[in-house]
Amino acid sequence: MTYVRPPEERPPHPMGKLTMSAKMIGQPIHIFCRGCGYGSIAQNFCRLFAEENLDATKYPFFVGVGCNSALPTILPGYSFMTLHGRTVCTATGAKLVRPELKPICIAGDGDLLSIGTNHFVQGCRRNIDMLTVLLNNRVYGMTGGQCAPTTPTGAKTSTTKWGYLETPFNAVELARVAGATFIARWTVANPRQYINTWKRALKHKGFSFVEIISTCPTYFGRFNDFPEPVDLFRWIKNSAVSVKKAADMDPEELKERIVVGELYEEQKPELTELYYELVEKVRGKRE
Amino acid sequence: MNLPELKIGDSMEGKDLMMGNHAFVEGAIAAGCRFFAGYPITPQNEVPERMSWRMPEIGGVFMQMEDELASIAAVIGASAAGAKACTSTSGPGFCLMQECISWAVGIELPLVISDVQRTGPSSGIVSLPHHSDVMQAHYGGNGDYVLPTYAPSSCQELFDLAIDAFNTAEIYRTPVIFLSDAWLGQLYEVVKFPTPEELEKRVIPRRIAEGNPQTYIPFTRKDKKTGEFIITPTYQLGTVYMPFWVPSVSHNPMGLPIEGDTMQQDEIPSYALVEALNDKILNNEEKIVQTEELYLDDADVVIVCYGMPGRSAKGAVRELRKEGIKVGLLRFKTVWPFPTKKMTEVAQTVKKIVVPEMNWGQLFVEIDRYAAKEGAKAWLLRQISKLHEPSEIVAKVKEVLAQ
Repeated sequence: MTYVRPPEERPPHPMGKLTMSAKMIGQPIHIFCRGCGYGSIAQNFCRLFAEENLDATKYPFFVGVGCNSALPTILPGYSFMTLHGRTVCTATGAKLVRPELKPICIAGDGDLLSIGTNHFVQGCRRNIDMLTVLLNNRVYGMTGGQCAPTTPTGAKTSTTKWGYLETPFNAVELARVAGATFIARWTVANPRQYINTWKRALKHKGFSFVEIISTCPTYFGRFNDFPEPVDLFRWIKNSAVSVKKAADMDPEELKERIVVGELYEEQKPELTELYYELVEKVRGKRE
Repeated sequence: MNLPELKIGDSMEGKDLMMGNHAFVEGAIAAGCRFFAGYPITPQNEVPERMSWRMPEIGGVFMQMEDELASIAAVIGASAAGAKACTSTSGPGFCLMQECISWAVGIELPLVISDVQRTGPSSGIVSLPHHSDVMQAHYGGNGDYVLPTYAPSSCQELFDLAIDAFNTAEIYRTPVIFLSDAWLGQLYEVVKFPTPEELEKRVIPRRIAEGNPQTYIPFTRKDKKTGEFIITPTYQLGTVYMPFWVPSVSHNPMGLPIEGDTMQQDEIPSYALVEALNDKILNNEEKIVQTEELYLDDADVVIVCYGMPGRSAKGAVRELRKEGIKVGLLRFKTVWPFPTKKMTEVAQTVKKIVVPEMNWGQLFVEIDRYAAKEGAKAWLLRQISKLHEPSEIVAKVKEVLAQ
């Protein structure tokens, strides 16, 4: 871990007000490995806040536990770090009490699709107004590269020396059947696209789900014949295929590819609005 | 839309014949609870059932979550967003909640967890009482902490202590455990409600930070000069009084993650954290502890108990006093932090102690420890899934006196 003090001569960073005060007193700016995709994702959240001029108090982050829990050192605004897997349900409580908030949940693949699957599925089903961003690097990076429910079949990890036997989750399909109303998937190779998707997702009323396929060169890459971070990055970039293109492709061929783009959007009644309508009705009757 | 404020007219007035579980709900609402998340589990189902229509009535939020893990996580989210919040469960659900209780302790959020205890272990017997979670309330989660824990013994106390539990949670910024049991929850008794004026005096509202947010310190810290713990107002999502990062990992009072050897400080920062979390409660033992005492002045033997056995013990005391036997009663309304001062005081004057407990002897360990220090001897009277008959306690007291 390297501790970096902010340089004193340089002019202040445009996001200086929003970024973490810890930077000022010499806390680590980030703890991500060389070539990790998470750093750029965190940076792009700063871009999102700057471009949209968002009020940080209205868009609190709820981060899970895993490599993604190191994001708050870079993230703009306020971060509420939850326990492993409990992002969506914690944000549900906050959103219901303060309907003016728009929680942004950031969770890893082990976080959202293994220990917290139930909370994620129920969040989609409730259609509660929040943005959930899944950072999918396909392994448990923080704990040393164990297999995750998103690890591709046959991939080697710390706990599957001879290859992963199980079938990975398709998070987008899961969100779709569970009832999420805005679903998109991008890779770390499409930063501008996913920032634009976030912008649309923040304006969407309901449960928005954006999956970002990321890289883990330290564990996933090293164990699976991607010696350099850029190899893994290229592999992800080249296996991505847009929805439009995918429509004309053979389903067999698509199995090995990652379909990216804004995949689904619909308007459905949102839980917080429904609840407060109910409150008005009940109170009206009482008085 | 604004956060629902406490309106005095929302709570009940006069008196009513009420079930124990309902009395807790009314107590919570009177105390200003505006968020409830729960999951069905017998024998506490009447709590979410009543909450589900009372909450919309008063402009609060009721949410039935997918499991106990999510219930308590939602309560934490709501509390962080500024609402007084609570949840309710029974033994097996309480185990699931331990993870998040430990988390709430770490990030110092006020909330109340009601545990309507049932017979265990495992799924046990859903409709019978067993004070099996007394130790779990203290030692259940990972980490090292003590939570104020209430043990009511009547429907009136379920109402009154619920208000005290919420107040304690707000004052010390800590989760508070509320130990009821299957029979107490299903018991019907008359509950008297305080008048709006009384209630206004009793209820402590959520403290909100003021002044420059840059100088707001979100977590409890020790004043180096006086040695006292400074408990700052709770941070709130949606306002500027919020640390940039509320970490669930060990942190310093500023909310920055710490690791023992990376910071060059005189003390180990994680030591300071655990010290603050424990001592802010333990140092205020006298303010938190509530007891009921009967005939302690001239007693030869004292019955020490908490919760439902307190009712049989009272019957036993009345019977024994009629016979001319000098017996006293010490009933704890709060079991944690353990009432060390009260227990020591009693053990100094009375040397024989009978402890009727509805378990295999959980709080007895502590009672015996403090009794032994003063040279007193304690006897345990166990009962599972059943309340002690007053005659059992009478017999035990006589047996003890004969020794």
